[in-house]
Amino acid sequence: MNLDLSFHLDAGLGSKPALDPDALHDVLVVGAGPAGLNAAMYAARKGLDVAVLGKRKGGQVLDTSAVDNYLGLDGVDGEGLAERFLKHLSKYSVPVLDGAEVVDVFSQGPVHSVVLSTGESYRARALIVATGSTPRRLGIPGEDRFAGKGVGYCAICDGPLFAGKDVFVAGGGNSAVQAALDLAQMSRAVTVVHRSRLRADQVLVDRLLSHSRIAVLLGTRIVEVTGQAAMDGLVVEDAATGARRALPGDGLFVEIGHLPNVGPFAKRLVLSEHGEIVADARGATSVPGIFAAGDVTDFPYKQIVIAVGSGATAALSANEYIARTAF
Amino acid sequence: MKMFNEELEKQLKEIFAALKGDVTIALFTEPGCATGEETTGLMEEIAALSPKIRLVRYDRTVDAAKAAEYHVERVPAIVLIDSSGAYRGIKFYGIPAGHEINSFIPALLEVSGAESEVPAEFAARVAAIRRPVDIKVFVTLSCPHCPGAVQKAHKLALMNSNVQAEMIEASTFEELSRSFNVSAVPQIVIDGKTTLLGDQPMQAILEAIEAEAS
Repeated sequence: MNLDLSFHLDAGLGSKPALDPDALHDVLVVGAGPAGLNAAMYAARKGLDVAVLGKRKGGQVLDTSAVDNYLGLDGVDGEGLAERFLKHLSKYSVPVLDGAEVVDVFSQGPVHSVVLSTGESYRARALIVATGSTPRRLGIPGEDRFAGKGVGYCAICDGPLFAGKDVFVAGGGNSAVQAALDLAQMSRAVTVVHRSRLRADQVLVDRLLSHSRIAVLLGTRIVEVTGQAAMDGLVVEDAATGARRALPGDGLFVEIGHLPNVGPFAKRLVLSEHGEIVADARGATSVPGIFAAGDVTDFPYKQIVIAVGSGATAALSANEYIARTAF
Repeated sequence: MKMFNEELEKQLKEIFAALKGDVTIALFTEPGCATGEETTGLMEEIAALSPKIRLVRYDRTVDAAKAAEYHVERVPAIVLIDSSGAYRGIKFYGIPAGHEINSFIPALLEVSGAESEVPAEFAARVAAIRRPVDIKVFVTLSCPHCPGAVQKAHKLALMNSNVQAEMIEASTFEELSRSFNVSAVPQIVIDGKTTLLGDQPMQAILEAIEAEAS
């Protein structure tokens, strides 16, 4: 039994705005994941007046157990990493609004404004969009119906509810393999189902394949989630032969990648064919003064270390932009 | 076994300096209650960190009248009582350890009178709830989003005495969780009927309550 101390005293209503709505900030960072937090630190170190508006302090990193590929922080867990990021940033007294969802963005000349779901709006000379991404869904019959009744998207959260049960993991990337390894600690059997080949790091694949309670079904598509009150199994299809069969099981964790959280920025910024914000090597988007970083952008490879780096790039670019622009 | 190391104790003592009035932790267990000992241990450690926190232990059967007064339906149960001795409608079923320590500590502060503010318009809507509302929030201790959901449900209960809100640790109360088909957490169940998945904004919980009434 352990204790993971990290709480917020206000209940997420954002009732005490730590930010002055009338002030013109230098930089507002939208998103409080690795990209946003690093952007904020870099901006603060340049002496800019910066604040972070985030839906969830720490971002997606919080949903992962082990982060084994962040150089220098061997064996850190997702939460531990997020805490270190926040602790480091706290040295710079940057306001971080939690539970803040940006629902609108508009510009008057060179000044950009964002509006929160609670109604407040804030203004800045530059915006850094680091809103991350959301787990992609399979989009198959039964997935919505059994969401929360067997179908889950957070293996570390829901894993204890599948103790002694049989679960599936959809996907073949690092997140899927890590979820399978996490679930195997408590579940009776874990089956990884993926339509093509595993693309996770070899070190994770080796652990997966050598695990006695994990089976791997490749070249297999999940076509339906079945059940009555709760999920009771899957229908899967062999990608080569098209043959279908039913597999009994109690749970399915979907780890098949992510969709970018572009939100209200979609109507202002040029997006890629995958719906990501197009940003250049300096993090600049199609609108002057709006920069982007992390998983919401069209940068290749969605990795924590890459998100962190792109946050730094966006902040440094924003700094240069502010210095050469007349406001 | 002690749960708090020195550093955590120091941190918590600093946090508890913000306690306004006294808070009583009413802990209900019964002989043979599997997780009762662990929960008792955690509550003893917490109570030792501030003179404003008092721990009172009850046996569900022996103290049946108290259990009925606080609507305790299962054990282990933790009920927080304010300095005037009033039950404020908030409970924890199962040990609030792991991530759930983060819903327990704000609850202590709130019940002590160190209340977080909410916008006036929102408060007015909550005050307008005139029928009894029961909010159950199913959690696991390894879920980072769960304390947020518990804290919001508890806040609604603290704001309106018609609302009762409880955290339910799903692994401890397996059968109850199964009866609500809980397979993902946090799961917020309003009056045993309306289910919300995930750490929903407080507005969403309130809207679900309002929608039910109409």
